[in-house]
Amino acid sequence: MATEAVQAAAGAAAEAASKGGMPQLDFSTYANQIFWLAVALVLVFLIVSKLALPRIGGILSERKNTIERDIAAAEELKAKAVSAEAAYNQALADARAEALRIVGETRAAIQKDLDAATAVADREIAAKSAESEKRIGEIRDQAVAAVTEVAHETAGDIVAALGGTADAAAIKAAVDSRLKG
Amino acid sequence: MPWPGTKGTRVADASSGGVQIHPMEQFTIHPLFGGHTLHWYTVTNQTLWMAIAVLVIFSLLVLGTSARAMVPGRMQSVGELAYNFVRDMIEDVAGKDGMAFFPYIVTIFMFIVTCNFLALIPFSFSVMAQFAITGVMAIAVFLTVTITGFIRHGGGFLKLFWVSAAPAPLRPVLAVIELLSYFVRPVSHSIRLGGNMMAGHAVFEVFAGFAVVALISPVSVLAIAGMYALEIIVAFVQAYVFTILTVVYLKDALHPGH
Repeated sequence: MATEAVQAAAGAAAEAASKGGMPQLDFSTYANQIFWLAVALVLVFLIVSKLALPRIGGILSERKNTIERDIAAAEELKAKAVSAEAAYNQALADARAEALRIVGETRAAIQKDLDAATAVADREIAAKSAESEKRIGEIRDQAVAAVTEVAHETAGDIVAALGGTADAAAIKAAVDSRLKG
Repeated sequence: MPWPGTKGTRVADASSGGVQIHPMEQFTIHPLFGGHTLHWYTVTNQTLWMAIAVLVIFSLLVLGTSARAMVPGRMQSVGELAYNFVRDMIEDVAGKDGMAFFPYIVTIFMFIVTCNFLALIPFSFSVMAQFAITGVMAIAVFLTVTITGFIRHGGGFLKLFWVSAAPAPLRPVLAVIELLSYFVRPVSHSIRLGGNMMAGHAVFEVFAGFAVVALISPVSVLAIAGMYALEIIVAFVQAYVFTILTVVYLKDALHPGH
């Protein structure tokens, strides 16, 4: 009984001491703490070294490879695009030259046709105007003849009306000389 | 960061008539499934939160990357971020041959940063506020660095303490100082992390304790909100500091001599 009481008192005193000060300095807990710390650290070390680091390292290097590969592919595509652009520009220049050539040829052909057509038209116009001039001349001659005829008759009639007898040939000569004058 | 008024924290004891704050009680380790005896194998509240940390790390780094997506999702991005963060840190500080310790450093970084952020969940437990934890980790780093140094360079590793750039008469004095500072490393290494985490969570508790007084409580609640933002930064920064110091010490082992 007595020893129990002593033990209880000692326990209470120890508890009071640990409560009053820093529980961290209670050395009776150290073995327990160190044991579980060791367990925890070994577990974390196994997790880290066996699972986490190889996996994360793998992910990171895989990503780095992918990025490098993608950059290389992008550069290749860019080179292709540049060469395609050059080819396109070349084709464009060729097409433009071809177009200029066709335009020139077409223009020359059209000019030739135009010249031929103009010549034909000119000839027709010249023929038609010559014909017209001929007809105008005929009409004028006829008109002059008619006028002369009318003048002869009129002069003869006037002379007859004035009481003279007119020689047809004399009258005609007089009228002709007047008409010429 | 236990909440005020929960089992772990007696904020105000009405019977004693005043505000009683127990900022350190949250760091108490107790068996998770009842009982009072704490054997070395007993599952405690700390065991629970370390187990949660292991699960979180597993989900983040293994389940989160299971898609192996070319374009990463959120979880995978965080995993890749952690991977690149630690890898760049090692390559920048210790050089390419430091990459042999990559899993080791990632383990340290992920465990600390996960525990620190889990500790910011209300009702949780701050694993990294325990000096047993940070101390063992710092000693592990110290032993790793020292053993690596001697394996790689044999006695040449001792050149680390012999400052050949200094004038000859000063060298023995500097060697003593260098040797002392070398052995102080695990102490500063562990206290820096443990102390920071402990202080932050203790301050939470103090402010939470004052929150029961009606007059102070608005200020107290605002202060907790501000502290929380600060602690989010501290949670990451302290994990970063512990990790980069580990890498710096490793650099000494791989490339001794100044």
